[in-house]
Amino acid sequence: MTATEGGGRVASAGAPGAGGPLLLGVRHHGPGSARAVRAALDAAEPRVLLIEGPPEADGLVALAAEADMRPPVALLAHVVDEPGRSAFWPLAEFSPEWVAIQWAVRRGVPVRFMDLPAAHALARGEEEGEGARTDGGGEPAEEAADLDSVRIDPLGALADAAGYDDPERWWEDVVEHRAASGDAFAPFEALGEAMGALRETYGSGGHERDLVREAHMRIQLRAAQREFGSEGVAVVCGAWHVPALREKVSVAADRAVLKGLPKVKVDMTWVPWTHRRLSRHSGYGAGIDSPGWYGHLFSAPDRPVERWLTKIAGLLREEDRLVSSAHVIEAVRLADTLAVMRGRPLPGLTETMDAVRAVMCEGSDVPLALVHDRLVVGDVLGEVPDSAPAVPLQRDLTRLQRRLRLKPEALERELELDLRKETDAARSRLLHRLRLLGIGWGEPAESRGSTGTFRETWRLRWEPELSVRVAEAGVWGTTVLGAATAKAEADAVGAAALADVTSLAERCLLAELPEALPVVMRVLADRAALDADVGHLAQALPALVRSLRYGDVRGTSTGALGEVALGLAERVFVGLPPACAGLDADAAAAMRGHVDGVHVAVGLLGELASSGDGGGPGGPGAPADEGEPVVVGTAGAVGDVDSVRSPSAGGVRGRWQRVLRGLVGGERVAGVVRGRCARLLMDEGVLAEGEAARFMGLALSPGTEPGEAAAWIEGFVGGGAGGGMLLVHDERLLGLVDTWLTGVSEDAFVDVLPLLRRTFAAYEPGVRRTLGELVRRGSGQQSSAALMTEGAPGFAAELDPERADAALPVLGLLLGLGGEQERGGAGRGGAADGGAGRSRNRLVGVA
Amino acid sequence: MSVSVETAGPAGPAAEGADAADVAAEEAAQALRPHAEDAFAAELAALAAQDDRPRPERWLLSPWAVATYLLGGPLPDGTVITPKYVGPRRLVEVAVTTLATDRALLLLGVPGTAKTWVSEHLAAAVSGDSTLLVQGTAGTPEEAIRYGWNYAQLLAHGPSRDALVPSPVMRAMSEGMTARVEELTRIPADVQDTLITILSEKTLPIPELGQEVQAVRGFNLIATANDRDRGVNDLSSALRRRFNTVVLPLPESADAEVDIVSRRVDQMGRSLDLPAGPEGIDEIRRVVTVFRELRDGVTTDGRTKVKSPSGTLSTAEAISVVTNGLALAAHFGDGVLRPGDVAAGILGAVVRDPASDRVIWQEYLEAVVRERDGWKDFYRACREVSA
Repeated sequence: MTATEGGGRVASAGAPGAGGPLLLGVRHHGPGSARAVRAALDAAEPRVLLIEGPPEADGLVALAAEADMRPPVALLAHVVDEPGRSAFWPLAEFSPEWVAIQWAVRRGVPVRFMDLPAAHALARGEEEGEGARTDGGGEPAEEAADLDSVRIDPLGALADAAGYDDPERWWEDVVEHRAASGDAFAPFEALGEAMGALRETYGSGGHERDLVREAHMRIQLRAAQREFGSEGVAVVCGAWHVPALREKVSVAADRAVLKGLPKVKVDMTWVPWTHRRLSRHSGYGAGIDSPGWYGHLFSAPDRPVERWLTKIAGLLREEDRLVSSAHVIEAVRLADTLAVMRGRPLPGLTETMDAVRAVMCEGSDVPLALVHDRLVVGDVLGEVPDSAPAVPLQRDLTRLQRRLRLKPEALERELELDLRKETDAARSRLLHRLRLLGIGWGEPAESRGSTGTFRETWRLRWEPELSVRVAEAGVWGTTVLGAATAKAEADAVGAAALADVTSLAERCLLAELPEALPVVMRVLADRAALDADVGHLAQALPALVRSLRYGDVRGTSTGALGEVALGLAERVFVGLPPACAGLDADAAAAMRGHVDGVHVAVGLLGELASSGDGGGPGGPGAPADEGEPVVVGTAGAVGDVDSVRSPSAGGVRGRWQRVLRGLVGGERVAGVVRGRCARLLMDEGVLAEGEAARFMGLALSPGTEPGEAAAWIEGFVGGGAGGGMLLVHDERLLGLVDTWLTGVSEDAFVDVLPLLRRTFAAYEPGVRRTLGELVRRGSGQQSSAALMTEGAPGFAAELDPERADAALPVLGLLLGLGGEQERGGAGRGGAADGGAGRSRNRLVGVA
Repeated sequence: MSVSVETAGPAGPAAEGADAADVAAEEAAQALRPHAEDAFAAELAALAAQDDRPRPERWLLSPWAVATYLLGGPLPDGTVITPKYVGPRRLVEVAVTTLATDRALLLLGVPGTAKTWVSEHLAAAVSGDSTLLVQGTAGTPEEAIRYGWNYAQLLAHGPSRDALVPSPVMRAMSEGMTARVEELTRIPADVQDTLITILSEKTLPIPELGQEVQAVRGFNLIATANDRDRGVNDLSSALRRRFNTVVLPLPESADAEVDIVSRRVDQMGRSLDLPAGPEGIDEIRRVVTVFRELRDGVTTDGRTKVKSPSGTLSTAEAISVVTNGLALAAHFGDGVLRPGDVAAGILGAVVRDPASDRVIWQEYLEAVVRERDGWKDFYRACREVSA
């Protein structure tokens, strides 16, 4: 011990800047550096420790000693009035700075941060107008002075000189993987010299701001030296800064550099951090790719490669992959040999991963991705003691609560919001965002009275543990908006099912997170593309279209959403026909539900699309929409070939109608689905005169199995009141059903009876009675052939315009068209709304 | 040619000495496709002369030199080694290293990814002999991997080492060489299993004689398998465990693939006397794009995901689609490669399973092709053929 210490002193004293403080140049987040720092501190035993970091955090150092403090954590600095402007200094278990702090705290050695105060750094960001503001708290531009991010890459230059093509690998070989040698200070000396040589060549390396920071560091260093004597001071900083700290610069010059820097009021605290965020480019700017691997290197007492591969084998076994000890042995051998072949002192991450791929994963990258995600990056979440100052997210929330006059109260109360008012809309957004963050302050409740989409009812209740939730959510960002955005993005990427993503999209719209929406939409599009189950797609579509309408109500831009919805619809169109073939009764019933859902969604989608590109609402879009299907309808007999030839004709509704038409004629499609499709087409008004009857005739012809035919009937006229009314008013169809039913053999009749009963039992009593009377009157006794040609009782062969016009005034009243428009109503009523046109037909029939 | 045939007869396997060697060299020179060790003899010699790194026992080169031989590069004395394999350096390093640690090497990949090529060159560089080869087929018998008998000898003198006919694997074991097994997954499972003892115990028992052949240091085995054939004769986990697996990927960038395709099409087209029209390259690019997008499951701009069909869609298939289209254009069209000429070929390559692949293809058409600028003709042509 004493021998080493003596040696160390000599080496240190022999360095340039002789007799000066112990300068430990490190790589942020370097486990090898961390180990070396610990050894050097043990050997030198300094009386004060200076660390690269914001001096405002000096008061927070003591917290690092608490048992509840578990890395990875980050020092967070933010502007007091503007929590969105912030900077992070993340520290992992294997960060040299963290190791140094722990060393000092345990021995009662004072720790001081020596970097430029965050007050200046954050103010600077504002002044220069460069992206220091990050609501997500992701990547502050501050503190970007790490070796790796220097614009002229000094590490690259060093690695190049050493014959490496990859600077990271060179650093690992030369510094991180070095076995501990006798002299605790030697690595720092060598590195300091190398950096000195680099700085001579490159100067500040393109980072002018470094000069300011280094001036401040020098001043702090001098102060510490005055207080504790130069022998008693140890400095832990990025290796890049070491030459600058050794430089002899006059105090006056340093002060001049620092003079007149802008300043803001800054708060500091500790926040929990994650390995995943360490791997992002943030904070120290190091943005390491493999925090899990570094953590392992740092914590493994010996044989790191063997332990690492055993760990991987354990993970793969948990995931039910067959990995034996023999695999591990072979992987270690391969990694070792690879390292020798590549001329590296020890297998690094590349070698071990290559070995794992070849030996344990059969050359496949899929399990390897799991290893990368779970071990190389890792899922470690840090903890911060409760005594740490409040996170900025809490401040932001408090500020919002005050501004929106929403007090957190323990008592439950209901809140009615009218989204047309600005304050209410903002309140709704806040509550939705909090819900996304898992802070369940408000729960949406059923609106009483009004069902309009502009109304929302919330049940509010603030419980004490919600404060904890807020603190936890602090990981996601410093403002409610930023945190909710980050959380939504992460949720989208991690979502398991397509429906989860759709509902997330809905929530993003409600919470108005425009920045998260593209990510969610992207994930949604990807999931939809890869989901082979049309059922899932068909389920997702209605929710998505609903969100589109919400977006409309709230005035959010929904362009991306519409695009995704159209894409989804397209996939449904393509996938639906094959999915409808060969279904059993239950699956067919479910599919019928899907068809209905998609139909409604497509209707909305078509409206939105046509009102979007038509410019004016309704007017120009509607006639085109009405006209086009009719053309297809007359050509319907020619069939599929035609529709294939003109694929892009018509909008989304036109394409959907073609899909329906294909389904109606599909041989292997279940009866209930075919019936339903025929009905939907008929309701759309695109079936030519008598075509519905033709379809029904086909479906009920004697060759068809009675069960199938009954299912067809259920699909066609089943489901709610509308179905029965159709039979009441179109006696041709009733006649067809009647003819079929009387032709069914006795055995078959017993089989189809339950089905028919299910269909007809759903009708309202009045409808049932009318049907019964009609059947008794015996309309069905005419031959169906005659019905087809001559039309049913109560129907003329052609429309009678005179009688139709007689119904118009009533119709105008019903539709609220008003008195003046009545005059020219004939043309207008028909063109303005397809629904009106159709109901006119029925009114004529009744009259 | 006639000379070599005459001399080859008596020379046979028994003959040894300078004469036979000369004959062999002469044969190699006249062969339609010489072995790797003959074709690149000069490069191997240059590498061996320069190579001062440690070599595993019975290796002709050090692992580093073997990797250089495959990947190409200049040597200190100025000799330039041509690249034999264009692909990630990492893969070659893992493959060579595997051979250096007595584990067997399994090269996986879809057809047309140069598996056989790589295995031949590895064997040539490591052992100087790429001919110890077992061609795997559904009818490969155990004798092809272990040993057979010379029945005349067997009947005349009873079982002895003289009556034994060694397989390439057995010879490689006794001489410390690299053996190769092609299309391992085509070999019936029970025959595959004979490899287990060879690879784990490094010994081949001959129960008939009460003897065994023990592998000499330097023995190793390279197997190739088509990973789209999985499930045909899947490797047992016991056997799989004895291999380190390296998957040879398809070309990394679209440009590289277009390059490969157009070069091969050019070669093939010339032999078929097909003229390549001026618009040809656009159509080739389109075919490659479609193949890559469906294969990778994502569009080139990385913005839309698509489902992948069951077919391989390898570069080799892209080549055949384009050659086919050229033939169509030359004989039935106006000589210019048009979308219509390749559409049918693409459909055939993509839709292998009529049910699921057709849906995937139509989805791709509707979601990707329809919207793309300048692809209208192609879209129409595809709709026409897939109706």
